[in-house]
Amino acid sequence: MDLTVVILVEILYAVASLILISAGLAVVFGMMKVINLAHGEFMMMGGYATITAVSFGVNIFVAMLVIAPIVVGLIGLIVERLVIRHLYGRLIDTMLATWGLSLLFIGLATMIFGNTTTGISTPIPGFAIGNYQVNGYNFFIIVVAILLLIAMLVILKATRAGLIARGTMQRPDMAAALGYSPDRIYMATFFCGSALSGLAGAVLAPLVGLVPTSGGAYIAKAFITVIAGGPSLIAGLISSAGFFGVVNQVFTFSISPVIGEVALLVAAVVLLRLLPQGITGKFFKGKL
Amino acid sequence: MSLNRRNFLASSAAFSSASLLPQVVLAADTIKLGSILDTSGIFDAYGKPMDMAMRLAVSEINAAGGLLGKQVEVMAYDTQSDMALYSQYGQQLTRQDKVDVVHGGILSASREAIRQTMRRSNTPYFYNVLYEGGVCDRNIFINGVTPAQQVEALVPYAMGKSGKKVYILAADYNYGQITARWIQKFVADNGGETVGVDFFPLDVSDFGSTIAKVQSAGPDLVIAPLVGGAHLSFFRQWAAAGMNDRIPLASTTMGVGNEHKVLTPEEGNGIMVAYNYSQELDTPANSAFKEKWAAAYGDSDLIHEIAVSNYQGVKTWAKAVSQAGSLERAAVIAALESGLSLEGPAGKITIDPKTHHAVLDVHIMEIENQGMKVIETLPQRQPIDTQAVCDLQANPDDNTQYEIEI
Repeated sequence: MDLTVVILVEILYAVASLILISAGLAVVFGMMKVINLAHGEFMMMGGYATITAVSFGVNIFVAMLVIAPIVVGLIGLIVERLVIRHLYGRLIDTMLATWGLSLLFIGLATMIFGNTTTGISTPIPGFAIGNYQVNGYNFFIIVVAILLLIAMLVILKATRAGLIARGTMQRPDMAAALGYSPDRIYMATFFCGSALSGLAGAVLAPLVGLVPTSGGAYIAKAFITVIAGGPSLIAGLISSAGFFGVVNQVFTFSISPVIGEVALLVAAVVLLRLLPQGITGKFFKGKL
Repeated sequence: MSLNRRNFLASSAAFSSASLLPQVVLAADTIKLGSILDTSGIFDAYGKPMDMAMRLAVSEINAAGGLLGKQVEVMAYDTQSDMALYSQYGQQLTRQDKVDVVHGGILSASREAIRQTMRRSNTPYFYNVLYEGGVCDRNIFINGVTPAQQVEALVPYAMGKSGKKVYILAADYNYGQITARWIQKFVADNGGETVGVDFFPLDVSDFGSTIAKVQSAGPDLVIAPLVGGAHLSFFRQWAAAGMNDRIPLASTTMGVGNEHKVLTPEEGNGIMVAYNYSQELDTPANSAFKEKWAAAYGDSDLIHEIAVSNYQGVKTWAKAVSQAGSLERAAVIAALESGLSLEGPAGKITIDPKTHHAVLDVHIMEIENQGMKVIETLPQRQPIDTQAVCDLQANPDDNTQYEIEI
């Protein structure tokens, strides 16, 4: 019984961390069609922003939830102004440019922070479920992921800014004709996407040993989740993260962590063979 | 802040090597020591202190008048954590620079990339790193601890402090696989039982489900030969789940690259390890070594296990050359095989003539407040794993890395 609860918590945690890892990419790639290969490095910088802020005495929650997203969002803003905005609509070119950026960021982080592993400890103590000890921080990640999804839903659906952003992504020419500058809106959207990546990196930082190349570990999973999710932003995120999280954890528990990772990749291949447009290309059509 | 320290260290390393130059120019004929290490890239946390240690040893040798009346000149190549560069620089060292000896290599893959080049060109090769054991080649000398040396000491101690049921979490490549097998053997030899073994690829950084799985197996002790930055997450998540108060932890790798200084005291305290060296080793030789290091590089924080191995490797070679009175390969190897031993910062190191591995002290330690507190010293442990398969006295032409059957 206790074990069932523990497994359930771990599955929820796996789903939540996939949602966090992919949210920023879902905005940048899903909405704006920019293949951001530097997504993992945005997360890595979020982690370093948190650790640096904490070492300057900032409260860890402020550092994770406020400082890191703002810092990475601003870096994203600079990147958008200098590089990305010249490449909208040129899928392959953005890929090349952002790959170059990812190498640049790894190099910069190595110069500034060095190549040794750093990290901070988790701010929430572990606690017991029956005879099992679980990481209390898992619940924090689950809560952050849920709040994030609600916030995205509210902003996109219920605010004017969200409406304008969605409209611009669909028909920039019409948005421009109605008096909104697509250039500005793209800029703001890219800022939000980068900030989300920074948030994800920050929230996951206390669980891992951070090195400048840490971003590489996230990028594949993020792309798989977003692509398998399909055209709908939030429904896609929830459905594909849910699917892959469950597959990964079930195999991890029943066989081994290696098989868990393999199962996730096999599931992705099969899924995309059956649903080339992603889950929301077939189900939940037209949902956000 | 680490920027400053690194820059300082880099510049002081450059300075100390630059200070060797005038002597090199003066001496018309020098002895060439080739060094091949990853001093940049993802393994630089291992490679940089190894490079510093090698230069420290060479500058001491030169300050004492050099070897055979000649100064020792360092020919160092940075392989940038790229295995392909090892074969390239290995060729360069032996063919173009024609060095008299090569020290270096960090990962086992890098050692195997250059070992045959050294053998073919008759260049004595020193691999000064702890590794999985089993290399049998008359041209190579290895002074790091092997799994049996470590595990033989660690397992009985850790089981004595905890209990008989052991769970193993290991890195999924040859080092982890082989070490896990040795752990299972010594657990059984000490009357215990291995209740589970899990292997993790080097990029796995999420151990939540593993921690739950370990708890459902209910072991008395977890032994974790995990490797690298991603695996460091395990120790962090283990502590975050509050497990470090419940099930004791031992490791054969934690702290080799000074990882215990990254974990907070709450996360790291109590983890049991066994190595040849600890900064906290309270011996005159170690204090003197740390002072010399601090004088050369500012502070002694960066010293770790394999940096000391590299230092001892260079010193061992130098001792063999002076004993042989010659740089000729056969004479140097004969001197090394004569049961040569050295008092280094980590204690006495003796070359085992049969295997070209080292007989050395193994210290059982516990991590305490980001240091390694020495609990017990087991003097002069034999490399029994490699000895079981390798006898270079009987088969001098052997050239294999054995997978040791247990």
